[in-house]
Amino acid sequence: MGRAHRLSRALVASVPLVVLGVIFLYPFALLAVEAFARPGGGYGFGTFAAILAGHAFRDALFATLRIALTATATCLVLGSALALLIRFVAFPGARALGRLVDVYLAFPSFLVALSLTFLYGNSGLVRSLWTSALGLPAVDASRSFLYGFWGVVLAEVTYYTPFVMRPVLAALEVIDRAQLEVASGLGERPWGVLRRVVFPELVPALIAGGSLCLLLTMNEFGIILVMGVKDVITLPMMIYGKAIDEFDYPAASAVAICNVALSLGLNFTYRQSLERAPR
Amino acid sequence: MSELIHSRGARRLLAGAGMIVTAIVFGLPLLTLILASIAGEWTRALPSTLTVAHLRAALGGAQRAALWHSLATGLVATIVALVLGAWGALASRRYPAPVRRGIDALFLMPVAIPSVSIGLALLVAFSHPPLLLNGTVVLVVITHVVLITAYAYTSAQAGIARLPPSVEEMAGSLGAAPSRVLVRVTLPLLLPHLRAAAALGLALSMGELGATIMIYPPGWITAPVEIFSLTDRGSLFAGAAVSVWLLATTFAALRLLDRRRSPRRVALERRRSGA
Repeated sequence: MGRAHRLSRALVASVPLVVLGVIFLYPFALLAVEAFARPGGGYGFGTFAAILAGHAFRDALFATLRIALTATATCLVLGSALALLIRFVAFPGARALGRLVDVYLAFPSFLVALSLTFLYGNSGLVRSLWTSALGLPAVDASRSFLYGFWGVVLAEVTYYTPFVMRPVLAALEVIDRAQLEVASGLGERPWGVLRRVVFPELVPALIAGGSLCLLLTMNEFGIILVMGVKDVITLPMMIYGKAIDEFDYPAASAVAICNVALSLGLNFTYRQSLERAPR
Repeated sequence: MSELIHSRGARRLLAGAGMIVTAIVFGLPLLTLILASIAGEWTRALPSTLTVAHLRAALGGAQRAALWHSLATGLVATIVALVLGAWGALASRRYPAPVRRGIDALFLMPVAIPSVSIGLALLVAFSHPPLLLNGTVVLVVITHVVLITAYAYTSAQAGIARLPPSVEEMAGSLGAAPSRVLVRVTLPLLLPHLRAAAALGLALSMGELGATIMIYPPGWITAPVEIFSLTDRGSLFAGAAVSVWLLATTFAALRLLDRRRSPRRVALERRRSGA
């Protein structure tokens, strides 16, 4: 192969990298410039210091972690419970559940928030049933739980539980049935079999599904935006508010840099756990 | 199926619990959304009248435009992302392993980053010269390309890993030029994987909200942004109607793209790509 030929091949091979550099790396470089630029010229940590000094950032970080951890823990419990039921009880509709859960993931997440508004919102279905059952006045002034912490958690659990169910179901598929029969034949109670035989086999799947769930719930934005939650500000919501409502691009960029660092760190951990988990 | 629970009563109880939880957590929200899109008056627990007015209204004016914008953005962004992803995956295999890992990381990174931050970065970067794209449709397409290229890249990589060994070398040694090997041998073999990526990319693009809301120009409002602004103004039923049409359009586009590829398969691909 000639040198000119090799050079042209290298050029062709680098085209997608250059494009990605322009549309992805360049924007993030400018985002960093925006966050580190001083108003009078030059660079410094001024914007970061101002952000970190205020309560807003700490509250948003705390809210993000609290929502993501609560939602992920609930997804893990609900997802493994449903997966175990599908595997060991095979209730009518279990197959349909497998399919329904899959269709769900082709949905945008914010539609769950909209659906839940009709179900549990201030004038939603459940509330109307509740008030008419108790004979309360039809117009209830108090706000539903939906527009707060638990509403966001409920929506995220609804949307992200399938992300846990799938790996757990896959792990349950490969457990040896004979092993379970031997264990129960030896007089082990169902709960004991679950704890001592099934659970250890599920740990890698739970770690992988849980970390993916945690990453996605930390980055979730559409659900909180569409739900119209006012008193729960997560990091993505804070970035949106700073940029779109306050036009404070330096502050928004500084928060975004922190958020990206957090997510990439978590993603790195997730990839590591995937590598350790047997497929 | 009954290795674990032998008592029939206990099995029935658990089966019932599974069905009820499934219905409440997954079935009810979807049904409610569809019901809301056809609800006329909804002041009690259930709508007292049903109407197709909202669904019909969503097929005209701004809402119809929004659906069209989403479909058009999705199609163009998907095609660009496919070219970029497949090209990147084909090129990266020529590099030594450490370089390839770096390229993998670059292509996969956008999946892990909150979409709002991606939107903000693109907004900040393309509001300055030399690349002044703020307020243009091009920026919307670029944003969606950034968000979905990772899936095209992983799908193409999966396809490349399953290429019959040395089939390309064989074609080359028979005298076919590299470009001919690419067009006649490699790409046809990758086609099923690229189709999968196209379906997934289209679904994700058409439902994208977080990054789009940071950068959309007033003349190119996408369906998710329209749904948000409708519900934010309190037009919940109109929002539900646009949502139902958005889902219908997405599913129809997926069907057309690949008859064998149902939304279910798309979701499977999505999970396999790890996002």
